[in-house]
Amino acid sequence: MSSPFQKQETKMVPVPSHSIVPERDVDKAPILECRHLGIDFGGLHAVSDLNLAIGRTEIAGLIGPNGAGKTTVFNLLTKVYQPTRGTILLDGMDTAGKTTVQINKMGIARTFQNIRLFSNLSVEDNVKIGLHNQEVYSTASGILRLPSFWKKEKEAHERALELLSIFDMQDMADMKAGSLPYGAQRRLEIVRALATNPSLLLLDEPAAGMNPSETAELMENIVKIRDTFQIAILLIEHDMNLVMNICEGICVLNFGQVIAKGTAAEIQANPAVIEAYLGKKKEG
Amino acid sequence: MLTFLNHFINGISLGSIYAIIALGYTMVYGIAKMLNFAHGDVIMVGAYVCFFAVSTYNLPPIVGVLLAIVICTLLGVIIEGLAYKPLRQATSLAVLITAIGVSYFLQNAAQLLWTSNPKIFPNMFGGASIKLFGGELIIPVGTLVTIAACIVIMIGLTLFTNMTKMGKAMRACSEDKGAAQLMGINVNRTISVTFAIGAALAAIAGVLLCSAYPSLVPTTGSMPGIKAFTAAVFGGIGSIPGALLGGILLGIIEIFAGAYISTQLSNAIVFLVLILVLLIKPTGLLGKQIREKV
Repeated sequence: MSSPFQKQETKMVPVPSHSIVPERDVDKAPILECRHLGIDFGGLHAVSDLNLAIGRTEIAGLIGPNGAGKTTVFNLLTKVYQPTRGTILLDGMDTAGKTTVQINKMGIARTFQNIRLFSNLSVEDNVKIGLHNQEVYSTASGILRLPSFWKKEKEAHERALELLSIFDMQDMADMKAGSLPYGAQRRLEIVRALATNPSLLLLDEPAAGMNPSETAELMENIVKIRDTFQIAILLIEHDMNLVMNICEGICVLNFGQVIAKGTAAEIQANPAVIEAYLGKKKEG
Repeated sequence: MLTFLNHFINGISLGSIYAIIALGYTMVYGIAKMLNFAHGDVIMVGAYVCFFAVSTYNLPPIVGVLLAIVICTLLGVIIEGLAYKPLRQATSLAVLITAIGVSYFLQNAAQLLWTSNPKIFPNMFGGASIKLFGGELIIPVGTLVTIAACIVIMIGLTLFTNMTKMGKAMRACSEDKGAAQLMGINVNRTISVTFAIGAALAAIAGVLLCSAYPSLVPTTGSMPGIKAFTAAVFGGIGSIPGALLGGILLGIIEIFAGAYISTQLSNAIVFLVLILVLLIKPTGLLGKQIREKV
C-alpha cells in the first residue's frame, strides 16, 4: 500500500489509450481503466506499464504472440495475481486490495483458456453457481424448503434457462457439463460467466479449437451478448479473423508491454505489430 | 437364525455410527482435500459435553444432544480457523501433520480437564427395547434410533448438497476452487461450513456411540475415528453414498467377525477386508476412477 507508485497515481497522468474507446462510449467514463499496471515474477517483468481503457459497451481485443502476458493481464484484472505496480479502476473504483470474489461481485467475470467447468455438475447447476452472488443467501430456507426457497429456486431455474438459450443450449440443461462436446463446453463457460451479472466480461481464447463455422457463430454471439446485456467485453484471441472483425479496439502486447493500440485497420498497418508476429524485415 | 438376525441388526447399527463419522471425513476430504484426523476426537468432546449435561446437570437427553452439537460445531469451526486455514496454501503433508497434532491436543486437553477415569455414559433411551418373535429377538430402542438417525442424516445431506446454494458451492469448490472463486463463491466460508457440518455429525455420532458402548475416556473417539476413516476409504473417499456403504459394511463385517470368528481378531479382520478391497479397487467401492490424460 505504501509503494511509491501510489503517490504517482495521485497526479492522474492522462492515459493515451482513450483514443480506442468507441465513439458512443467516449462521453461516459470507461468501465475499466488500467494505469501503469505491472507485475514481476521474480526478476521477470511479466507485464509492465500497461495503460488501457475500455468503454462501457466496447468489444476490445488483447492480442500478442505466445507468452506475451495476455492471460497474466486477465489474472491481474481478476486478482488471481496482485499487481506489483499500478492501478486498476473498475467503473471508477480502485480495486486495490480486493479479493477475487469481491472483484466478481464488482462486475468482472471471465472464462478460461483451458476449460474449467464444474464437470460433474449439471449444465444448469453450473449456470446457477454463477447466479449465486446475486441471490440473498439463506441456507436455512433451502434445507427447510420454505416457500421463499421454491420461489427463488424457480427464478434461478428460469434465469438459467434464459441464459442458456443465448446459445440454444436449454435442451442440455440436465446433462453433465463434462459430457458436453467441446464447443458446447466453451459456450457454457461464457454462459456461466454471464450469470454472475458482469459489467465486463473477459474471454480467454473463446474460439480456441473451434472450426470456422463455429467461430463465425461465436462472433455473432459475442456481438449479440454485448448488444443484449450492454456490457463491455475484453477478449484474448489468436484467431485474427475474429479479432479484426468484431473488436472495436485492439491492444497488442509483446514481452509484457503494449506495442500498439488502435482499430483493426491501424493495427494491421502497424510495423511494430508485423514485426512482433513475423519478425524483422530484412534490410535491403 | 435369530442370533444371526440379531448380529445383523447390531452390525447395521454399529455401521450407521461409522457411516455418520465417515461422512464428516469424506465431506472435509471432498471439499478441503485434507484428512482431518482430529475428527475422531471431536466425537469424544461431543460425548463428554452430552455426558456432563445429562449426568452432572440433569438436563433432559435431547438438550444434552443439542448442546453437544452446538459446542462441537463451534469447535469444528475454531479448529479449522486456527489450525487449518493458515495452511491453505501449504503442502497437504503439513496439514496432515497439523491434524494429527490437533488430535493429540484434544485428547490431552480432555485428559487434563476430565481425567482418564472412565465415565459411565447414561443410556439416552432409558434402556427401552422392542421384543419380536415372542420375546426371542430383543432390539434396544437405541439401536433403532441409531439406524434412523443415519438414514435421516443421509437424506438431509443429499438434499443439502444437491439443492441448496451452499451445497452447490461445496460441489463447485470440490471440483475447482480457483474457478469457484472467480464465479463469486467464497471458498473460505464454504470450507468453514463443511467443517461445521462434519463436527455436528461427529457430535451426534459421539452420543450414539457412547449410548451403545457406555465407557467414556479421552481416547474414546480415536479407534472409531480410524475405523470410520477406513470406512470412508473403503466406500470411496469424497463420495457421500460411499461413506454410507463403507460404514455399514464395516459395521456388519466387524460384528460378524467378532461373533463367528474371534472377538480378539475382529479389528484385524476389518482391516484385512479393507486391504483386499483396496487391492482390487484402489479408489474404493464407489470412488471415481480418474484417468490421467497423457
